[in-house]
Amino acid sequence: MPSTKGSKAKCGAAPAAKAGPSRLDLAAVRERLAAIGGRGGPELWRSLDELAETPEFVELLHREFPRHAAEWLDERGDSGDPSDPSGGGVSRRAFFQLAGASLALAGLTGCTRQPLEDIVPYVHQPEQVVPGRALYFATTLTLGGYGTGVLAESHEGRPTKVEGNPDHPASLGSTDMFAQAAVLDLYDPARSQAILHLGQVASWSGFMAEMSQLLRAREKLGGQGVRVLSGTVTSPSLAAQMQELSRRLPAARWHRWEPAGRHNTRAAAARAFGRPLDCRYDLSRADVLLTVDSDLFAMGPGSVAYARQFADRRRVREASPDLAQKMNRLYTVESTPTSSAGVADHRLQLSPLEIEAFLVALARELGVTAAGVAASSGAAAPASAAAPASAAAPASAAAPSDIAGGSPTGPAAQRFLHAVAQDLRAHAGASLVVVDESLSPAAQVLGHAINEALRNAGATVFYSAPVEADPVDHLQSIGELVRDMNAGQVEVLILLGGSNPVYTAPAELDFTAALKKVALRIHHGPYADETAEFCHWHIPAAHELESWGDARAFDGTASIAQPLIEPLFGGKTAQEVMAVLVGTSELSAFDLVRSFWRGSGKLGGNFDAAWRKALHDGVIPGTAEPPAAPPPLAAAAVTQAAGEIEAAAAKLRQAPGQITLAFRPDPTIFDGRYAANAWLQELPKPATKLTWDNAVLVSPATAQRLKLGVNQRVQLSWKGRKLDAAVWTLPGQADDTATLSLGYGRSHAGPRGTGLGFNAYALRTSDAAWIAPGAGLQTLPGDYVFACTQNHHVIEMSAGISEDILAGKEAQARHVIRTGTVAEFVKNPEFVREMSETPPREMTLYPNRVYSGHAWAMAIDLNTCTGCSACVVACQAENNVPVVGKEQVLKHREMQWIRVDRYFSGDVDNPQFHNQPVPCMQCENAPCEVVCPVAATIHSDEGLNDMVYNRCVGTRYCSNNCPYKVRRFNFLRYSEKSSPLLAMLQNPDVTVRMRGVMEKCTYCVQRIEHAKIDSKVSGQPVAEQRLMTACQQACPTRAISFGDLNGEQQTGRAWEVVRLKASPLNYAMRGDLNTRPRTTYLARVRNANPQLEGSHPAAAQENG
Amino acid sequence: MQVFHRSANSIAKLSVVVLGLVAAFSGWLGLELFRSPYITRQGEIHQQPVPFSHEHHVAGLGIDCRYCHSSVERSSVAGLPPTETCMNCHRLIWTNADLLAPVRDSYAANLPLKWTRVHKLPDYVYFNHSIHVAKGIGCATCHGEVDKMPLMYQHAPLTMEWCLDCHRNPAVNVRPRSEVFNLHWQPPADPASAGILQAKLVKEYRVQSLTSCSTCHR
Repeated sequence: MPSTKGSKAKCGAAPAAKAGPSRLDLAAVRERLAAIGGRGGPELWRSLDELAETPEFVELLHREFPRHAAEWLDERGDSGDPSDPSGGGVSRRAFFQLAGASLALAGLTGCTRQPLEDIVPYVHQPEQVVPGRALYFATTLTLGGYGTGVLAESHEGRPTKVEGNPDHPASLGSTDMFAQAAVLDLYDPARSQAILHLGQVASWSGFMAEMSQLLRAREKLGGQGVRVLSGTVTSPSLAAQMQELSRRLPAARWHRWEPAGRHNTRAAAARAFGRPLDCRYDLSRADVLLTVDSDLFAMGPGSVAYARQFADRRRVREASPDLAQKMNRLYTVESTPTSSAGVADHRLQLSPLEIEAFLVALARELGVTAAGVAASSGAAAPASAAAPASAAAPASAAAPSDIAGGSPTGPAAQRFLHAVAQDLRAHAGASLVVVDESLSPAAQVLGHAINEALRNAGATVFYSAPVEADPVDHLQSIGELVRDMNAGQVEVLILLGGSNPVYTAPAELDFTAALKKVALRIHHGPYADETAEFCHWHIPAAHELESWGDARAFDGTASIAQPLIEPLFGGKTAQEVMAVLVGTSELSAFDLVRSFWRGSGKLGGNFDAAWRKALHDGVIPGTAEPPAAPPPLAAAAVTQAAGEIEAAAAKLRQAPGQITLAFRPDPTIFDGRYAANAWLQELPKPATKLTWDNAVLVSPATAQRLKLGVNQRVQLSWKGRKLDAAVWTLPGQADDTATLSLGYGRSHAGPRGTGLGFNAYALRTSDAAWIAPGAGLQTLPGDYVFACTQNHHVIEMSAGISEDILAGKEAQARHVIRTGTVAEFVKNPEFVREMSETPPREMTLYPNRVYSGHAWAMAIDLNTCTGCSACVVACQAENNVPVVGKEQVLKHREMQWIRVDRYFSGDVDNPQFHNQPVPCMQCENAPCEVVCPVAATIHSDEGLNDMVYNRCVGTRYCSNNCPYKVRRFNFLRYSEKSSPLLAMLQNPDVTVRMRGVMEKCTYCVQRIEHAKIDSKVSGQPVAEQRLMTACQQACPTRAISFGDLNGEQQTGRAWEVVRLKASPLNYAMRGDLNTRPRTTYLARVRNANPQLEGSHPAAAQENG
Repeated sequence: MQVFHRSANSIAKLSVVVLGLVAAFSGWLGLELFRSPYITRQGEIHQQPVPFSHEHHVAGLGIDCRYCHSSVERSSVAGLPPTETCMNCHRLIWTNADLLAPVRDSYAANLPLKWTRVHKLPDYVYFNHSIHVAKGIGCATCHGEVDKMPLMYQHAPLTMEWCLDCHRNPAVNVRPRSEVFNLHWQPPADPASAGILQAKLVKEYRVQSLTSCSTCHR
């Protein structure tokens, strides 16, 4: 992995004048879009550049890489601007010298002998180990404290890949991107590698000696002055230690601070129900869903399971008359595009405060009354849930609401509101309104009230005792800690489990200054981070794949974490550090966890057997938190919440045009904890397609109003604090809303994570954890260079390309993404096929091959793809795909084998979102194969386009000829070979590619070959369930299906992929080229509400 | 003015032919070199920590291949025996032999023996033992008669050309599964009955000629 050092300086130096493409004429874009819209049909576009038809974009269409990016510009400093032809270069003479030398060397290397190598068997071979065969262990990974069960793949003791655990409720066999990236964190050479005392390497025994001495002194005082700070704790064993601490040292206190934790959710439950409660959803029973500024399918505990439940109600295959009823319908109101944007049937963008006003109006429209809520909630929700949804309208529907105010701005929002309200009311008891963390507690109280009024509580919404141990208010908790530190009452502070408050604490607390007043500061974490810098002791934390531990999932299910490998750097688990405090330090990490579970009695009479089973299965049965009866909703809280929101909205209306600043966990690096993870840094963020940076997201209209360039530098200010940042103009963002994700601007995050992006924590205060209304946004001169991949690997299609193509039917033929509504589909089930003309089979110059054995193929259901990008990271982990760094991404050289293309359609101010994962299409008539001069890419008997790395000489003809632009070239030596640590990460079944070699998706051919060999050896046919590609296995919504078109010959039953390809929704991308891709797509069918379909949204806006 | 003598024409013509011959010869030489044991290390004996004799253990003692190479039927790699396997016997016999000191040391210190690899395929080749054994390819087909090797060496050239010879026509090397570990099995001497047996086995074991690149390269 090349270092990204220097990229910042380079970005900073880019002069404004050079950044031609960023100065978009938004008015012209709008005009153009209106012109296209006039011709009818859904028109797709990838970026504002495309709409504006900037010359740079048009060139990208025809060239695979930006001009000169393919040339050798790496020796002399180029300007960082890919379009700059003058930046660097190689003289003709130097070129010939090098070409001659490399030719001679290439000839000579052919004659070198293979070096001798050692072969090292075990001394005692462990019983289960069969060299060459991977083992899988069930373990648990956590994010923000909540656990997800996973199966970790181990090659002779070396974990290389993480898969979901089908038996675990938070995984169901899939994972999010963070779990996929965990193995890279494990082998990160930047992890802290030694215990440090005052910056010097120290020993664990030295630490224990100092601690025991200190504790003896503190014990007499009841532990006064001893404080612990950790993130959210769900681990039962750690929670037990927490209790033990308060028993042993009653005056000691345990503070909590989870920067991207569930602060508002917790506060809302306390307000609504008088006590902390967890809220869970059952999306499988919800016919109509409304997500309100919620990243339900990608963020937060349970997101993977929710995505699956949601998708299971959207797998459209056939056009049946009752399709609209069978399928669920998702309405989304949001301020910034989330994982819902690409799957929503209807989407409305509003600023956060408008959204809250919208909720008030919705509550009123649905007849939520304070009295009504109080009356209905106590009584009989379980009974009403059992009643058929359509049988009776909710009791409160007729009653006039006593909630005042709440009128969303604009006729589009009004129309949306009425339609949603009507639909929700019609599906009372089978609907769901999700309001979560990013909105204020008041808004969430209303969300609870609406669900209560719709009788969803007990049907689609469940409440239970909190999964978090000792659920305190984190904002209050860290506030108290800082207060006490400033008052000199804290003498020992232990920062546990990677807590990094110097970086993440609310800005107004000035944590650093307070921390310096503590006499002894101990930091336990995976990195010597910003906080470790100010601590006397630093204890490296063991990675979760090196640790014994436990955690609970979103529904409370507990599972054990077992280590796959000894701690590489002698890291310690949180339990081991706490054991020093509670006097059980003689126990190992294993004993600490095991003895807790032995004592807990939750594993039954025969503990040893039950423990082994729990380890094997990856879940501890019977530990899920049972849903409690819906608690009575505090009536006063509802009216108060509505009042609060109204007051805030009224204040906003008085000062129109002020900017609301919204903070969000970053889509790929979360709260900053993954800043050092290069896979996640280089993963294009689902909505923006930015890599290696965060940005202040603004809408095109706001950018135009404030005269901002697309990537203009700005200064944000909030409550006297200022932050220099840069904007990114994102269609789909709400007007007057600036969204900035957390986690960037790190100063101590290793060579890969340091110095990227802008530190949102510098502005974030306790009273504005997520929303800061009325923040300042000042324009600064100059532009920032973002490495955004939205214009990379552009596929030629109809919209916005050239007028002559647009004019004819050919425009239709090129629908890369096909969408329709349920009504259209039912009316004409053939509508997808009619969108294009696929040439007849015999009309080709390619040989017509017959596939008699296996015939591998893939079908991707666009109806269920949320664009979460877990597949991209999964592929990277499985196939040893390197990262290239920001400078190389700017040259379009990112290496990911599967990408998720995000398209906009419709109005630039109110676009629809479409996601399309694009792996290699494995064309039957593959244009890449015929142009390879050395036969390095060849058709296999099973229909794969095999890529033979050792034959490739790097002409790049194949990628030039690929209409899907899925081939990737190693321009430099991207694979890290110098670090023995990162070598351990590589999948031994896949070649590590070298410089000058082309590579691409292989349908995980190593998995195919393994499955085939196992089937031939055992005599059993290849089992459909046991052969999955990495992307398919990771996909939370099971949008990707892969299999054998001829599987029926072997198993007697057609594989799922065959059934999908028989669907009338199945289409080949650019099938008009007669490439006959094996990867096909299932068109997206929106379950549109007829009330909202009628007129064009733009027309509605004009009226307003 | 005439710079060159008339004979220069002949020399020029001749040089074209000679250059062509030189190019062809160096091409041929390169290919021969590439196939030569110097490059393939065919027949080379390497320094090993213990001069382990397959001749003694296989021919002399009659130990089955799978006693040591235990994963050959289950995995891509045949498996090199852990020190423990050696000690199963050598804790009882030849317990003081100097030659076996490295084995005892390895066992005592729990540090693995480091052997020099004899059969090495390039990193981009993914060979799988289990499928070859299952399809009736005998050990001796690739490894030779190891019971006649006091010190192990590479029997076959292990070039891609050599692999493909069999992959294009696997029938000639197929033997009954019961004879896979028999190092001296020979097909029937009479070509006709050998052909009948091969055809029968190819059908029974469903032996395919697999020459797609991804069969071996991933």
